Amino acid sequence: MKLDARIPDGPLTEKWERHRFEMKLVNPANKRKHRVIVVGTGLAGGSAAATMGELGYEVDAFFFHDSSRRAHSIAAQGGINAAKNYQHDGDSVFRLFYDTIKGGDFRSREANVYRLAEVSNEIIDQAVAQGVPFAREYGGLLDNRSFGGAQVSRTFYARGQTGQQLLLGVYQALERQVQAGRVRTHSMHEMLDVIVVDGRARGIVTRNLDNGEIRSWTADAVVLGTGGYSNVFYLSTNAMKCNVTAAWRAHRRGAGFANPCFTQIHPTAIPESDEYQSKLTLMSESLRNDGRIWVPKKKGDQRSPDEIPEAERDYFLERMYPAFGNLVPRDLASRRAKEMCDSGHGVGPTRRGVYLDFTDPIERLGRDAIEERYGNLFQIYERITDENPYRLPMRIYPAPHYTMGGLWVDYNLMSTLPGLHVIGEANFSDHGANRLGASALMQGLADGYFVLPLTIGDYIARHEFGDIPDDHPDVRRTEDEVRDRVAKLVGLDGSRTVDSIHRELGRLLWEKCGMSRNAGGLKEALDRIPELREEFWNNAKVVGSDRDINEGLEKAGRVADFFDLGELMCRDALAREESCGGHLREEHQTPEGEAQRDDERFTHVTVWEYTGPDSEAREHRESLSFTEVAPSQRSYK
Amino acid sequence: MKQIASFYSTTVGKKIAMAATGIVLVAYVVGHMLGNLKIFQGPEKLNSYAEFLREVGAPVLGHGEFLWIARIVLLAAVAIHIVASAQLTLQSRAARPVGYRNTPHQEFSYASRTMRWGGVIISLFVVYHILHFTSGTVHGDFIPNDPYHNLVVGFQSWPVALAYIGAVVMLGFHLYHGVWSMTQTLGVNNARIERMRRPAALVLAVAVVIGYVVVPVSILAGWVT
Amino acid sequence: MKVTLHVWRQESSEAEGRFETYAANDVSPDMSFLELLDVVNEGLIESDVEPIAFEHDCREGICGSCGVVIDGSPHGPHEGTATCQLHMRSFADGDELWIEPWRARSFPIKKDLVVDRGALDRIIEAGGYISINTGAAPDANAIPIPKDDVDAALDAATCIGCGACVAVCPNASAMLFTSAKVAHLNMLPQGQPERWSRVARMVEQMEAEGFGNCTNHGACQIACPKEISIDFIAWLNRDYLRAQRKVG
Repeated sequence: MKLDARIPDGPLTEKWERHRFEMKLVNPANKRKHRVIVVGTGLAGGSAAATMGELGYEVDAFFFHDSSRRAHSIAAQGGINAAKNYQHDGDSVFRLFYDTIKGGDFRSREANVYRLAEVSNEIIDQAVAQGVPFAREYGGLLDNRSFGGAQVSRTFYARGQTGQQLLLGVYQALERQVQAGRVRTHSMHEMLDVIVVDGRARGIVTRNLDNGEIRSWTADAVVLGTGGYSNVFYLSTNAMKCNVTAAWRAHRRGAGFANPCFTQIHPTAIPESDEYQSKLTLMSESLRNDGRIWVPKKKGDQRSPDEIPEAERDYFLERMYPAFGNLVPRDLASRRAKEMCDSGHGVGPTRRGVYLDFTDPIERLGRDAIEERYGNLFQIYERITDENPYRLPMRIYPAPHYTMGGLWVDYNLMSTLPGLHVIGEANFSDHGANRLGASALMQGLADGYFVLPLTIGDYIARHEFGDIPDDHPDVRRTEDEVRDRVAKLVGLDGSRTVDSIHRELGRLLWEKCGMSRNAGGLKEALDRIPELREEFWNNAKVVGSDRDINEGLEKAGRVADFFDLGELMCRDALAREESCGGHLREEHQTPEGEAQRDDERFTHVTVWEYTGPDSEAREHRESLSFTEVAPSQRSYK
Repeated sequence: MKQIASFYSTTVGKKIAMAATGIVLVAYVVGHMLGNLKIFQGPEKLNSYAEFLREVGAPVLGHGEFLWIARIVLLAAVAIHIVASAQLTLQSRAARPVGYRNTPHQEFSYASRTMRWGGVIISLFVVYHILHFTSGTVHGDFIPNDPYHNLVVGFQSWPVALAYIGAVVMLGFHLYHGVWSMTQTLGVNNARIERMRRPAALVLAVAVVIGYVVVPVSILAGWVT
Repeated sequence: MKVTLHVWRQESSEAEGRFETYAANDVSPDMSFLELLDVVNEGLIESDVEPIAFEHDCREGICGSCGVVIDGSPHGPHEGTATCQLHMRSFADGDELWIEPWRARSFPIKKDLVVDRGALDRIIEAGGYISINTGAAPDANAIPIPKDDVDAALDAATCIGCGACVAVCPNASAMLFTSAKVAHLNMLPQGQPERWSRVARMVEQMEAEGFGNCTNHGACQIACPKEISIDFIAWLNRDYLRAQRKVG
């Protein structure tokens, strides 16, 4: 496996412009002769499919929901960043770039991140033109807020529904192309493999979730916008159907998997209430703008929070980080909260929670102001917990939320499998070891609207594409393998439900490869995962047929891939003998307990090559160089 | 013509047609009620009002011609109102071939639920009402051109008065939902007017019920003879 | 707590459906209604019975996937709540609940509680968008839009496309859904160039899908998990009427 990031020459600020000029173009009249497959219709996949349709390509868009509007991007609450500097507070493309590089703890690629910051402004223009109703000031201009610890107000938002509104913009653009006949959508189709012909990705194999039909689709290029893999932890803030299968199947066909251990744990989710819990609900990070986080100073304090006097509360983030206080980056806020709980200060019935208290801001700003800002979030909280956050502080606890790791891509967003492009959360590219708040929507849309539709043209223009007949041996073989696998899964006839085994895997990874990791725990997990996998294939149970809707079967396929991914995550976490961003190795901390990077040995992306079912993945490295921003120890004191 | 046909072909178009004809019918109901109330001014005033209606439009229109024009317009409005509602009802039935085991207990007002059957009852009553007071076909002691006499004699019969009152109450419900619904269908979305819609519909419905019912009640009570 | 569920089971769109009864004996009041179905399904799998098929995904009331009719009410008894946000504490110990799919000709049942809502996508496809190609947009602040207008548009745009409005409507009408999208786009300056053709085309598509008509009951706004107001239906009606003059 050769890693060529294909970063254009020239100064950082000119790379993207120069690259756009140097890329080969596809003649407008010829675009309709090229078919592109897009898998996933969230912000990244949907925007890419719509834009390629507008450009004139023949696009086939696949998604496993009943409608392309249901992708998990829809659940993003907080906002989307852009370097518009509308607030005149000193923001710029360079500052957004700098913040993203620093926030990612110097483990992302400068050129990609700079391009991301550059196109961020165009995303806002595009979304507004589509009718996305971002919040506005009374003067009629767009409002911004500071988000997730940023020192400038660069976040655009639409109440707590920014993801939904942006996704509806994408969905509408996509439906417009469907109407125009440029995009064909395939709902209820799950991608189960990539078809590789002559070393290039030339199609996919899908299973129709309504009737079980397995079939192949060929094209000139394939784009994956299939999201992240937080559900490997079983409990996460991701939607129930989020999974790694598409990315993992591509990995098995030759796409390198980068930094799988870089996962983000979000500090402000509603704590787990009981063992039946199927997912965790996120409370927007914006709550930390006003809310104050604390735990009782006394261990195991059972009193109701309103009975604990001020002097007996520990506002631990404000104490540890006087400058940033409650607005420290996600990884720090999460880790500190977990430490507080682990040391016996946790609150709530499970003792796995810390308070997020609005008493002060309500007194200072009035209940109305708080309701205006967070009303819908308070409502969500009350509905789930049956507690009124205007009266009692909320309880929050960290939850797996986003995965920075993903399929490795070059500057053109192409993976190590030629022709296979990966965008959005599914790739690894822009967030390094930790993603900043309100940057996921930005990256998904940057990739889908503004980067991939251009770079894929360069790939198409530089290659010849012959027709692939349906009975091509590579197509047949791939399809047969998928059939065999589905048959094996539907034949599982043990005694345990798929969920129960998944829950066990999730708990293991949360403990050993979650917020903090150590060599001993990771090795333990690496011993245990193969046993769980064994248990799954020998003892899991799938009821029903493979000829109609069978969610148990769908789930089984996804969980099977989570075992392999979980193993790779642990291996990656073990190999990275440093702490950075969301990856905290307990052996590598500063005396104050902060992440201690090892830039000498680990200023690189770790890319894993699949070598077969019975052999260990092979490690490759893309070394990172920082020309514009000198790596420094993050400090939020 | 083609444009009207395509407009009417949609359910939204049909509803707008119902709302527009509804306005005509509401105006008639109110006008008719005001005319009825002349009964309290005595036989001369009521009868001369009735005569006046035949002379409206003179000298351009001949004797009774205005009434016939009004009747044709009303008949057309009623016809459109009924045909559209019948078509919509059939369409709605087809839109849910299999119903729920339990009717959703979401709040449907009594008025909104009884629009269709209420409409049928009201139209049957109107046929009877015309045979009773306009043509006199089913009136025991009908004297042409003496509406005061016809009214008083007609309502001195308990069952007739009760049926009338029942129909008027039904009409009240129909108006309560219908008038509000009409503004909705015609797209009244000015914020200030909007808040007034429910109360206005209620006031109108109550006023109409009282305005009509007061006549048979007064006759039965012997206040008007 | 304990509840008894009577769940609509139907193998396919052609098959005959029927209610099956399941007892759930170990129900926590903190469970969501969908988690209750998860638990029932785990039990069914363990006893070799095919689990109940139901749609769900985000489980936080935003993706619009889930939705069942509980005792006649889409998304259950609470206002402003999707099925996934409904907790078992809303029910009493010993309750007997009847669970049905959305019922409408335009939403054919695929299996058990899962229906095909493709009709809603096709209504959007007919014109529920602003025609702007990527890259062609002017600066986002080029057109100031009054805050109230944007807020009103967002009220409409919060629709999650779950179809509860159709499910609850005695006429199986999709007017609340259609009007929310029409109002969202037609209220904004960006939506003006296509305003009249948009409303005409979306209404025509809605008709073609076989939904019933709106009789202004208002049940839809009560069932709507996002509490979208039927004022938007008045909006649609007026724009439709005005469109007749504008597009001919």
